[in-house]
Amino acid sequence: MLAALSWVQALTFGLASLIVIMGGIGVVAFRNSVHNALSLVATLFGVAVLYVAQGAYFLAAIQVIVYAGAIVVLFLFVIMLLGVDKVESLAKERKTASLLIGSALGAGFAVMLLFAALAGAGRGAPTGAPSVTGVLDNTKDLNNIGEALFTKYVFAFELTSLLLTIAVVGAVVLSRKPSGDPIDLDEFPPVESGTADSEPQEVES
Amino acid sequence: MISHTGYLVVAAVLFGIGAAGLLIRRNPLVMFMCVELMLNAVNLTFVAFSTALKDVGGQVVVFFVLVVAAAEVVVGLGIIVAIMRRRPGADADDLSLMKG
Repeated sequence: MLAALSWVQALTFGLASLIVIMGGIGVVAFRNSVHNALSLVATLFGVAVLYVAQGAYFLAAIQVIVYAGAIVVLFLFVIMLLGVDKVESLAKERKTASLLIGSALGAGFAVMLLFAALAGAGRGAPTGAPSVTGVLDNTKDLNNIGEALFTKYVFAFELTSLLLTIAVVGAVVLSRKPSGDPIDLDEFPPVESGTADSEPQEVES
Repeated sequence: MISHTGYLVVAAVLFGIGAAGLLIRRNPLVMFMCVELMLNAVNLTFVAFSTALKDVGGQVVVFFVLVVAAAEVVVGLGIIVAIMRRRPGADADDLSLMKG
């Protein structure tokens, strides 16, 4: 029974990890922005499965609702709104030097983190006293998180409501229709591609 | 039971992919998605250590990271929409100036 359970757990971990990594590669590699966003959904779902595998059920639910449900929909909405859901020109996107340097730096990051992660691999679970936040009981993680949020972190929790209000107001202000002389017309000549509302307006000042 | 090391390895690889994508890609929307990948890698690390240490602090941090990431995406996409309206098809190379 125990062996069967650990087999299922290993399979779950393997499949979810594969989805996470493949989705991450898809976000970077696909040329179409919509495909990038859908790969991001795959990655976020995989991470949610890994949360469930570790007993963080509340965070897994929040991950699906907030990330896959809200953030990716916002991404897709902006992609459709801007009309950039076409394949980008390879000549513009592919620059060999930046491709090499970016890949090397990313691989370097990953190797450093892997080194740090694998350094403690043979020593069993990490040890240490619980922090001031409290002990985690995996059977009632929601109780633990709620208690910590509304006692020790209540001030930070209230500040996040302020942050969200500021974000909403800021988004409304930022995405209003622009007025006035738009850009440096010498450096960036206006694009005449049927975008009538984005043409520079004549402003006599 | 998968030990926490497995989750740390997945998170490290995911962070590397996100960092490489942020450096390679020029489309601001895709760069934002790569930032989200890196945030998720860090969140996964937090949850792995939270479970391994039996400490709820890691999960509380992940909760706050989620809230801040949502706010960040809203404001960032607002900025991208504002830029793209004025200059359709702009990429990160065109946006090197701190002016509209």
